[in-house]
Amino acid sequence: MSGALVEAPPAADARAQGVPAREAEPATRVRGYWGNVWQRLRYDYATLFFLFVILLIVASAVFAPLLSPFDPNKASMAHRLKPLFYHDNILGTDEQGRDILSRILYGGRTSLLMGIVPVVAATFVGGLFGVVAGYAGGRLNTIIMRSMDVFFAFPSVLLAVAISGSLGGGMVNQLITLTVVLTPPLCRVAETSASQIRSMDFVDAARASGASTVSILLHHVLVNVVSPVLVYASTLVSASILLASGLSFLGLGVSPPTPDWGLMLSTLREAIYVRPIVCAMPGVAILLTSIAFNLVSDGLRQAMDVKA
Amino acid sequence: MGAMAPRPLVEVRDLQVSFVSREATVSAVNGVSFTVMPGEVLCIIGESGSGKTVTMRSLLRLHPPRRTVIRGHMRVGDHDILALSERAMNQVRGAVISMVFQEPMTALDPVYTIGDQIAETVIRHEGGSRRAAMARALELLNLVKVPSPERRLRAYPHELSGGLRQRAMIALALSCRPSLLLADEPTTALDATVQIQVLIMLRRLQEEFGMGVIFVTHDLGVAAQIADKVAVMYAGRIIEYGSVADVLLRPAHPYTLGLLSSTVHGQTRDAEIEAIPGSPPDLRALPPGCSFAPRCRFAVPPCTAAFPPTALAGLDHAASCLQIEAVRGAVPAHADA
Amino acid sequence: MNTEAQGAAAPMLDQPADRGGRAQPMLIAQGLKRYFPIRGGLLNRRVAEVKAVDDVSFTVLKGETLGVVGESGCGKSTLARLLMHLLVMDAGSLIFDGDPVGTEQGLSLRDLRRNLQMVFQDSYSSLNPRLPIEESIAYSPRVHGMERGQAKRIARELLQRVGLRPEYFGGRYPHELSGGQKQRVNIARALALNPRMLILDEAVSALDKSVEAQVLNLLGELKREFNLTYMFISHDLHVVQYISDRVMVMYLGQVVEFGPVDTIYAQPRHPYTAALLECRLVVDPAGRIDTPPLVGDPPNPINPPSGCRFRTRCPHAETVCERTVPALGAWNGNTAAHLVACHMAHPGSGHSRAAPAPVVH
Repeated sequence: MSGALVEAPPAADARAQGVPAREAEPATRVRGYWGNVWQRLRYDYATLFFLFVILLIVASAVFAPLLSPFDPNKASMAHRLKPLFYHDNILGTDEQGRDILSRILYGGRTSLLMGIVPVVAATFVGGLFGVVAGYAGGRLNTIIMRSMDVFFAFPSVLLAVAISGSLGGGMVNQLITLTVVLTPPLCRVAETSASQIRSMDFVDAARASGASTVSILLHHVLVNVVSPVLVYASTLVSASILLASGLSFLGLGVSPPTPDWGLMLSTLREAIYVRPIVCAMPGVAILLTSIAFNLVSDGLRQAMDVKA
Repeated sequence: MGAMAPRPLVEVRDLQVSFVSREATVSAVNGVSFTVMPGEVLCIIGESGSGKTVTMRSLLRLHPPRRTVIRGHMRVGDHDILALSERAMNQVRGAVISMVFQEPMTALDPVYTIGDQIAETVIRHEGGSRRAAMARALELLNLVKVPSPERRLRAYPHELSGGLRQRAMIALALSCRPSLLLADEPTTALDATVQIQVLIMLRRLQEEFGMGVIFVTHDLGVAAQIADKVAVMYAGRIIEYGSVADVLLRPAHPYTLGLLSSTVHGQTRDAEIEAIPGSPPDLRALPPGCSFAPRCRFAVPPCTAAFPPTALAGLDHAASCLQIEAVRGAVPAHADA
Repeated sequence: MNTEAQGAAAPMLDQPADRGGRAQPMLIAQGLKRYFPIRGGLLNRRVAEVKAVDDVSFTVLKGETLGVVGESGCGKSTLARLLMHLLVMDAGSLIFDGDPVGTEQGLSLRDLRRNLQMVFQDSYSSLNPRLPIEESIAYSPRVHGMERGQAKRIARELLQRVGLRPEYFGGRYPHELSGGQKQRVNIARALALNPRMLILDEAVSALDKSVEAQVLNLLGELKREFNLTYMFISHDLHVVQYISDRVMVMYLGQVVEFGPVDTIYAQPRHPYTAALLECRLVVDPAGRIDTPPLVGDPPNPINPPSGCRFRTRCPHAETVCERTVPALGAWNGNTAAHLVACHMAHPGSGHSRAAPAPVVH
């Protein structure tokens, strides 16, 4: 027998029996799940591009004070509703003569905050309830999931308007509203996936070894629920931004002087026949951001969909 | 038989199938050639990853076209499978070639009744009224011995037991009197008492219809029960071919011999089973030469140099091995043979 | 104590002590029952029940392999889960090595699990896809309070023992392994607590034949080395014959025949056992079966037939089979080692093929 592939004389060593020939080669590196996900993302150029776009948007919001050519709140009666590329006002000015570009840069701070914070909060709350409901099953599941169904019964916009209306305006209330609206769908996703995991043999094996429920949840259920929940949560970021803009547009969000994309759309609405393109600019910002988040989450879903 | 030399129903020459993805190219089938005569049952035996199912699915062109590279030549009846348009292929599927799957629950449509599904296939391929098609469906259910077929005609797949579902699947496959039936482990998921019923029925129907059958299985007992000819596959190649008695009782390839001795079958309890050591090669990077050589106790240096040519081990019995004589010497004499 | 039997360098958990002595059966199960409710209707009411395990009693002797055979729906997997207490039993009791399980004075559930482990069928769900396999194996010693590093050392030794090199395999994930390799990991995981008995639920059924042979050989070695008792559940009669000392045949949630493997395979007394044995396929085309030994599918366990549950498929069924449930007993007054639940085997049962009742003076 020649060749480096030959593992051992057959049956000579019982331990070598199960070791297949190919494992003797310097096999592929062990990457683990997240390693594999990253490997897939690395070659998904479209997703990487939009990830870059998101980073740009985030950076422009963070560094808005450095990047903005003007003070976003400085009004000028003389320069109201100017068109694109009007002197230094690259994107024109609004109905109070404030620089649109500066306001969009600053507005990104509010909008991104509205997109990310409620999603993170809802992921924790909804994920927790969902995992508990899915793993426990039975009556606890019924109680938790039926309560979530109450929220599901309303269209999300209507629900957001109702909650926001009763809480009143303001940034904190808007964050709370969005969190409440986003929790039920995340809870449902976590519940579905946890109840699937619950029926797997490896969970039974863990129970058979005498592990406590908490230990099984931490070591076996959570790690498997994380990726579907994460993917779903990332799709909600853009939804949350849109919802927040909608609330601001309706006057249920942040209060007027603060720059906010939704609010800008709302106040520029009246000028739509005078300067249609300028009025659309905050909308373009919303569109770009939500498309970027959606496409990245799509790529993330594909990368995480490892058959494992 | 030899004097008349009828044209084979199926002729596959040098079939190569590989699946291409960003990470790797998997060579699932590496030059497979075989023929099936009309009215003949060929069993392709192999373990997971041997390429047996891939070979069979290629005959129906069921692989995703964008990620699959198929080379070679396949003819079934008068149809050159690889030359057909997708539209013509759809006419061939179900009418000339049909297939029975391992898990009928996934192959049958859950939202239509058994009768509807059979009738739809009949109408699509043969036309005619719905009423006539339903009558044909009833006849077919009778043929596959489904008890109280009138009631089962209106049943949905999930309302049937595993055995009945597989019978319904077979009825569906036979609905247009195909000349070639492909069966992919159709009895593996069934209980032993049901499996034998389905095997006996399949054999009877095959004789009645005069169909050619390609039957894929990993179970040597199933092959012994149903096959006329047997092809043993390993790492995407047919390594032994012959009549069922020749291959199973007088194996000429070390892998076939190893499969036979590792099949648990009345061995004495205190002795170890003679298992084949190691596991099959990685199809992403096949070694040159015989793919079985690293696990083979008969291997000699030339085995790893080039793939061994096919050698005759008897009349209509061939194996791709340099050591046929040595293997023959190691075959235990059969008390009942 | 069996500490010397482990042959491992890293100190594993001690194998629990033999408490009852050699003659004490490892496991005695009495009257196990588990019915699954079928709920339906508007109010989710219980409309029927599946009698998955219905009054099953048996013993497993120390050091033996008890084979359990039966078709799908016979309750063999439910039985395994009842024994592991993964399912709650509706009735019945367990005695493990002389100690009643789950009572005040007896064995706690935690102690039972140190003694009794289970190997699951190889499937995509048998190992946690997000854990490297050595973590999966090290998990149960950690649950029982072992320090992380040591649990990992034990995991690596067990990997070595089941034929997987820890340096190649330890950090790998289940999807990178073949079916046979995963099943070796499943076995290593079950051994991690150094138990005295393993329940193997269709442990080789999903594997290719050549891999099955490797794993069966491994199971044989491990049994000797770790001084184990096996309960081997399978639908493959060839494999059960090879591995078992005694065999229990189940049909629709009940035991129909129980006895030494050679006796049962040579002289099955229950028509169901006989039919199952006739359904075995041989690797010789001359041995083809032309008429099916049984017709029809196993009946639905939701509404099992009255009397003898097998009577609907039995060629010898008579009215007595419809009326009375045959008890599991020694046949024809023979030794108590071979038990059958069939009227034909019990004298005076009223079946035309049964011997007349013994005359009582």
